[in-house]
Amino acid sequence: MTYLKYAGATALAGLMATGAVAQDDVKVIGVSIPAATHGWAGGMNFHAQEAVDRLEEVYPQLDFVLATASDPGKQVSDIEDMVATRNIDALVVLPFESEPLTSPVQAVADSGVWVTVVDRGLSVEGIEDLYVAGDNTGFGRVSGEYMVEAMPDGGQIVALRGIPTTIDNERVAGFEAAIEGSGIEIIDMEHGNWNRDDSFTVMQDFLSKHDNIDAVWASDDDMAVGVLAAIEAAGREDVQFVLGGAGMKEMIARVAEGDTMIPADVTYPPSMIATAIELTAVGLTSSAPVSGQFVIGSVLVTQENAEDYYFPDSPF
Amino acid sequence: MAVADTTTTTRARPKVDLRVLGPILALVALLVTGALLNSNFLGAANVTNVLSRSAFIGIIAVGMTFVITSGGLDLSVGSMAAFIAGLMILVMNGLLPTMGPGWPLIVVGMGAALVAGLAAGFVNGFLITNMRIEAFIVTLGTMGIYRSLVTWLADGGTLSLDFGLRGIYRPVYYDGILGVSWPIIVFALVAIAGEVVMRMTAFGRHCAAIGSNDTVARYSSVNVNRVRIMTYILLGMLVGVATIMYVPRLGSASASTGVLWELEAIAAVIIGGTMLKGGFGRVWGTVIGVLILSLIDNILNLTDGVSPYLNGAIQGVIIILAVILQREGKAEG
Repeated sequence: MTYLKYAGATALAGLMATGAVAQDDVKVIGVSIPAATHGWAGGMNFHAQEAVDRLEEVYPQLDFVLATASDPGKQVSDIEDMVATRNIDALVVLPFESEPLTSPVQAVADSGVWVTVVDRGLSVEGIEDLYVAGDNTGFGRVSGEYMVEAMPDGGQIVALRGIPTTIDNERVAGFEAAIEGSGIEIIDMEHGNWNRDDSFTVMQDFLSKHDNIDAVWASDDDMAVGVLAAIEAAGREDVQFVLGGAGMKEMIARVAEGDTMIPADVTYPPSMIATAIELTAVGLTSSAPVSGQFVIGSVLVTQENAEDYYFPDSPF
Repeated sequence: MAVADTTTTTRARPKVDLRVLGPILALVALLVTGALLNSNFLGAANVTNVLSRSAFIGIIAVGMTFVITSGGLDLSVGSMAAFIAGLMILVMNGLLPTMGPGWPLIVVGMGAALVAGLAAGFVNGFLITNMRIEAFIVTLGTMGIYRSLVTWLADGGTLSLDFGLRGIYRPVYYDGILGVSWPIIVFALVAIAGEVVMRMTAFGRHCAAIGSNDTVARYSSVNVNRVRIMTYILLGMLVGVATIMYVPRLGSASASTGVLWELEAIAAVIIGGTMLKGGFGRVWGTVIGVLILSLIDNILNLTDGVSPYLNGAIQGVIIILAVILQREGKAEG
């Protein structure tokens, strides 16, 4: 009985405490991200949701609003709604596209809201308080360096590119710079649009066109799936390996198993959204400074460290 | 195609010749260009690749020919294919523990795809005919619905068929009889059946009659609603057939499956000489339209010198040229 009373009293006190916090200074963090329209974005959505759930437990004084947008216009509306109806104190945004989101996000920043930008930068510098960025040039460079290491005598490779965007251009530029002078020659390059079906088709045509291909830089794990299917169907033995990228769990699993066709992967972690939300929460709740730039490097995953990059629950 | 050779124009006006020859000329021009640019172009491997990958759009486009001929339109087929592929994978993975891996399970999966296609087609047709909503609006709506549903089913990621099952199912895309792969055989059978139905049956003639004037068709005691609904059901089932051929290829479905297939199918139908406003359709033309679209992509991949950024532009130019070749002599008001 005494115990029960005690428990009841504590619970009541707890309730009052939370109630007091709720009235005084609950801060609201708005999170605006693109909808899960492809594998990487699906993973990003998963990690955003997970981070929000976890942080709501950790910080009772924080409230989160998560919105996913299927196009830049919808994302602008989402952000306007957050400011107008939820009175957000901080905004974490992964812009669908840089240009259309720049001035709406600037307006939010001008009204005194903390702004964290993730992955894709805005087209005007200095708007955001915190920029959590993926390193696309680095992604290309790490991929290129692996190719050079794996093919010390050089060789002929084909490359698949993503959807024509700045992201894709930076990756390819980084890759080309890294393999320069190594004797590795890119004999063909086409857009597979980060899509399994498109890359399957492109790879089939590459195999018809070239009698000898030593390796493939698929530059993305979804594209690597299509490339592998095309190679298998053609029964070609000349292709030694395929290098994907981004860190899809199925591909990481194959790296861990020591699959010779998929000897390595290069990360471009969709969980960077979690880093951004976490840092923003820290910034709002403590005196630790978090403004500035936080660049998430691309890491080479090989059989040795594959365990650390395997997330079985993530959809990606 | 064999069908093309046996067909002569039914309206024997001298001016109509180009309308018949237009798509064939475009196809021949592409074949010659391809052969000149790359020696592997006419190799058995490349021909098989191009024909097999044309099969998905091709099978769907045959159904689309009937819908467009009867004055309708279906924008939902790409999303529908993605949704049915996702559903089929879920059904097969779900029944795997009870049925065990093997052909019976795959047949159940195929059945599920056909039933889902039939149901999806019926929903489109019912809303368009019985609820009297514009086909464009109905299928724009269902397009969004199916695309969201597959994203939701896949949790934003990718649905993958169980690895063991994939091994059993894989031959449906990659193997065949006498070196002709199954997708090509199925595509050819669907195309021939479509041509026969369009030309020789009451259903085919009713489609054309409704497309040119549905009031007159109604007065001529054609059951307009029933024929229209049948065209959408037929298309839905063919989307199911296309999905049955698609799933064994990569064994997966995601939100990016079948994106823009609807526009490719519609473009193929129009390049083939079917009128977008309805009233006249030809299935063999659609087959040629599909091949033209696939060949453009194939040739661009096999050649250097054209920036890949321009692929879409070249495709656009060739589509417009193919249609210009077969326009009617005088401009229409």
